[in-house]
Amino acid sequence: MVQIILFAPLVGAIIAGFGHRIIGDRAAQMVTTGLLFLAAFLSWIVFLWLPEGTQHIQIMRWIDSGSFQTDWSIRLDRLTSIMLVVVTTISALVHLYSMGYMAHDDQFEPESYRPRFFAYLSFFTFSMLALVTADNLLQMFFGWEGVGVASYLLIGFYYKKPSANAAAIKAFVVNRVGDFGFALGIAAIFLLTDSIRLDEVFAAAPMLAETDVRFLWTEWNAANLIAFLLFVGAMGKSAQLFLHTWLPDAMEGPTPVSALIHAATMVTAGVFLVSRMSPLMEYAPQAMGFIVAIGAATAFVAATIGLVQNDIKRVIAYSTMSQLGYMFVAAGVGVYSVAMFHLFTHAFFKAMLFLGAGSVIHGMHHEQDMRNYGGLKSKFPITFWIMLIGTLAITGVGIPLTHIGFAGFLSKDAVIESAWAGTDGGAAFWLLVVAALFTSFYSWRLMFLTFWGKPRGDKHTHEHAHESPRVMTIPLGVLALGAVFSGMVWYGSFFGSHEEVNRFFGIPEHQVEAVDEGGEGEEAAHAVAAAPEGAIFMHPDNHVLDDAHHAPTWVKVSPFVAMVIGFATAWWFYIANPTLPKRLARSQPHLYRFLLNKWYFDEAYDFLFVRPAKALGRFLWKRGDGNVIDGAINGLAMGVVPWFTRLAGRLQSGYVFTYAFAMVIGIVVLITIMAITGGAN
Amino acid sequence: MTAFDLQAILPELLLAVFAMFALLAAVYTGKDKATPLVTWATAGVMLALALFIGLGEAVNGRAFGGLLFEDAYGRFAQVGILVAAAAVLLAGQDTLVRRGLGRFEYPLLIALATVGMMIMVSAGDLMTLYMGLELQSLALYVVAAMRRDGVKSTEAGMKYFILGALSSGLLLYGASLTYGYAGTTGFDGILAAASGGEMGLGLLFGLTFVVAGLAFKVSAVPFHMWTPDVYEGAPTPVTAFFATAPKLAAMALFGRVLFDAFGQAVGDWSQIIALMAVLSMFLGAVAAIGQRDIKRLMAYSSISHMGFALIGLAAGSQYGVQAMLVYMAIYLTMNVGTFAFIMSMERDGKPVTEIAALHQYAKGEPVKALAMLVLLFSLAGVPPMVGFFGKLYVLGAAVQADMTLLAVAGVVASVIGAFYYLRIVYYMYFGEAEERVETPMSPAAWVMLMGAAAAMLLGVINLFGVEGAAAQAAAALVN
Repeated sequence: MVQIILFAPLVGAIIAGFGHRIIGDRAAQMVTTGLLFLAAFLSWIVFLWLPEGTQHIQIMRWIDSGSFQTDWSIRLDRLTSIMLVVVTTISALVHLYSMGYMAHDDQFEPESYRPRFFAYLSFFTFSMLALVTADNLLQMFFGWEGVGVASYLLIGFYYKKPSANAAAIKAFVVNRVGDFGFALGIAAIFLLTDSIRLDEVFAAAPMLAETDVRFLWTEWNAANLIAFLLFVGAMGKSAQLFLHTWLPDAMEGPTPVSALIHAATMVTAGVFLVSRMSPLMEYAPQAMGFIVAIGAATAFVAATIGLVQNDIKRVIAYSTMSQLGYMFVAAGVGVYSVAMFHLFTHAFFKAMLFLGAGSVIHGMHHEQDMRNYGGLKSKFPITFWIMLIGTLAITGVGIPLTHIGFAGFLSKDAVIESAWAGTDGGAAFWLLVVAALFTSFYSWRLMFLTFWGKPRGDKHTHEHAHESPRVMTIPLGVLALGAVFSGMVWYGSFFGSHEEVNRFFGIPEHQVEAVDEGGEGEEAAHAVAAAPEGAIFMHPDNHVLDDAHHAPTWVKVSPFVAMVIGFATAWWFYIANPTLPKRLARSQPHLYRFLLNKWYFDEAYDFLFVRPAKALGRFLWKRGDGNVIDGAINGLAMGVVPWFTRLAGRLQSGYVFTYAFAMVIGIVVLITIMAITGGAN
Repeated sequence: MTAFDLQAILPELLLAVFAMFALLAAVYTGKDKATPLVTWATAGVMLALALFIGLGEAVNGRAFGGLLFEDAYGRFAQVGILVAAAAVLLAGQDTLVRRGLGRFEYPLLIALATVGMMIMVSAGDLMTLYMGLELQSLALYVVAAMRRDGVKSTEAGMKYFILGALSSGLLLYGASLTYGYAGTTGFDGILAAASGGEMGLGLLFGLTFVVAGLAFKVSAVPFHMWTPDVYEGAPTPVTAFFATAPKLAAMALFGRVLFDAFGQAVGDWSQIIALMAVLSMFLGAVAAIGQRDIKRLMAYSSISHMGFALIGLAAGSQYGVQAMLVYMAIYLTMNVGTFAFIMSMERDGKPVTEIAALHQYAKGEPVKALAMLVLLFSLAGVPPMVGFFGKLYVLGAAVQADMTLLAVAGVVASVIGAFYYLRIVYYMYFGEAEERVETPMSPAAWVMLMGAAAAMLLGVINLFGVEGAAAQAAAALVN
């Protein structure tokens, strides 16, 4: 069954991509969408009736080279099943939605562009599934690169727009930095454990914790180094601070793509990776600390930038980045189940927000600037309600101290409580709380600017604004269900008592002993250690989950308070007193510009990396290639060789005496050489 | 004369006897009426002899007290010479008749030259060597000047004769020096004289002069200068002959002398051979660029190719000799095909040899143009044509012999040389519209052109077994 889930999208992609000339546009869309719904249906079956224990389903022998042996097989456990559900469900809905969203496009008419889009989408889904079902690191890397390619293709889908191409290249290049780290991590794992199979790597994790390895002229703890390198990969894919600059630009892609790839699935691959590698991460405290720091910083920085952005998609993009930071904080403090919880709920409401935004953009004739919106409540009744639910979910509305509320309320509070417990109320916790306040502010700002107030901008556009067709609103409705209920339904499984979480993730009770055995020196560890069972692994000393449950009341209420403050401020700024934001921006010009320009990350990178790289490239191209290589070749071919040609022509005088003279000179030279060097050999 | 002596000389004897009888017969059948018959008969006899030598019983040894060597090396070269001579005769027959040169002496002179060549390659004594060489040369001087009423042809014959005489003088001087210091003219004796200890300077000088004489025959720089003029002046079918069989004969003789007589001084002669190889490759490549006449161009092309073949000899190893033989076999095939085409080039019944005449040729004659394209690519050494593997072979031999610089020079020279071959292809396919050249071909010539082109493509599979035969021949020579 899992094989069907994995390969259905690939089949769809191949049929739509190569066969659309035969079967036609419409059929290509139907086939890909239909196959995706099939995969989604099967995924839910797998998720709800997951068999006990970790399963390995071999597809084929992949590589067999010396000690490097690798299967292509599916690893099926709770982590996989969560991702299966998320990926296939969102993807299926996005496919359906795209049938409406991509129906008309002036850029491409009369060219057939829809099958290309659906083929890319399906190919992306296949790659993502290959990533999450991976049973070894190479397989995961395959999926990792596959989603990178799909992302590149889809960001640059409007290839006639230079900005889209630039964004696609930027995404690809920035991801390359992360992927380099990931690849180094895999190589390091293979170097030290002689295997890339996840089970064997996990079994070797305690041994790695006691191994030192030399890298870049320094001794490192192997577990920390590997965890760090893997996290660099995760940073790239999940747009964490310093490797995040590509994500906002990626909004150049069609909006369904943003919903699927740059909100719900691909960008969460990094979180998945950290959770998947939890048996290793648990032995890498320094790397985990780094993850928390980066995650918290990302959550905060992205939220601040989101406050002042005007492009509706960019606001949501920064919101995504910020929420990814939350997930990494949860994973970093060792509560992987909560990270996955937030990933799970976030996928629903963020995809919904994006698709809702897409619906507005679609109805407003591709106008994306919120300053030109306003008063759209009546024009977009369904979309309005959907966006409202999404906003309630992301800002975390619920009844404090109970488990009743929108999805984001439960998962985000869980993250913040875990952060408090994991850092003893440190900076990470406070950054997340402040970020929650900002989240609430910019989310409501988006709502108020879009749906309330008076219509701004082009009158013509507003007059022709229209609600989206059913094919687009139905997926929104389905996602709304998830945004409302997914938190409440699965709260216990992800963030309930230890026993509940253990049962959900298939972690056996006796694991404590197995790990204790593993600690007796390297050799012993290598011999006895077996991979910990269960989809995630929490070290026996890791009590963050329990501590989080026993957090003081003020901690548990703090995100709710932050949310309320954010809402109130947004209301005050954009409903009660709409001139205030402008005045504030004018009174604090530096701060405003700092935020509007995204902390000048792009400018800094441009100065630090892009320009020197371009300068180097131009130098090698113009001077190195153009002058030296081409110059030398041209000089030889057009200067030196013809000169010799003319010389040879002149020597060939036609007179016999010249020829005879040449022969005599020749024999003299040969004799001389012979006389000098001859006999020596 | 023992039975073995007779057996060893039998092919040469048969060809010589045939030539004399045919001469007599043709003289009595009236002026030039018998030319086609004689040509076909000569070619037939040559091919039959080639079959006889190639497939006949292999006996090895010394005949006539060491004057002649009978071994696989000689047989390889003899088969190559006979086949090439026959092929060129057949391809050129029709053209010669159309140019009014259908004289019956021509095939017979070629036959006698071939006898000389066959003796050359199996020579085991400086005397035999010289006899074979002169027999060949005298016949070639005559055919070069075959168009007696043509200034250019006469000039070519004259130049060839004078410079050939000079080279013979050098060779003879070398031979006498060698005799003086070794006390014998037999190769075995020379080898023995040198093997005692260090080779004396006198013997080395003798070697150098002999090498110079032979270098003239293979037209290696700086003894090459006659080549362009003679190639241009001689009637094209004759040029085709010059470019093929005698080159193989001279190159084979070169190997024979260097290994069988001076095999003790490999380190000494290897460097002068290498020097000549480099000079030939570069001069051939560079000078050909300036040529407007396709025959002159082919002259420089052959100089360059001889440079490559000399690399194989310069390597001084068995593998090097094998590489040289394979290279020569490929070279002969390419040149037979290319000259079959060049011979046919004409406009209004007059021969044309300007390269510019080939503009747009492919429009009118796509098949022949394609065949030429294949041959020219092969001459330039573009993979996957066989010509590439020939170059690879000799360069590999140089690398194996630790002469990497020589190999690098070979690669650079072949890059430069590629230009003028490709320029012809460019003219044929993308040239400006001009009055096109006509290429009426006899069936024989057509077969040669197409066969050679096909061989350039199909040969990549196993080089038609030439490799194995060359390996045997090289083993026979070097050990």
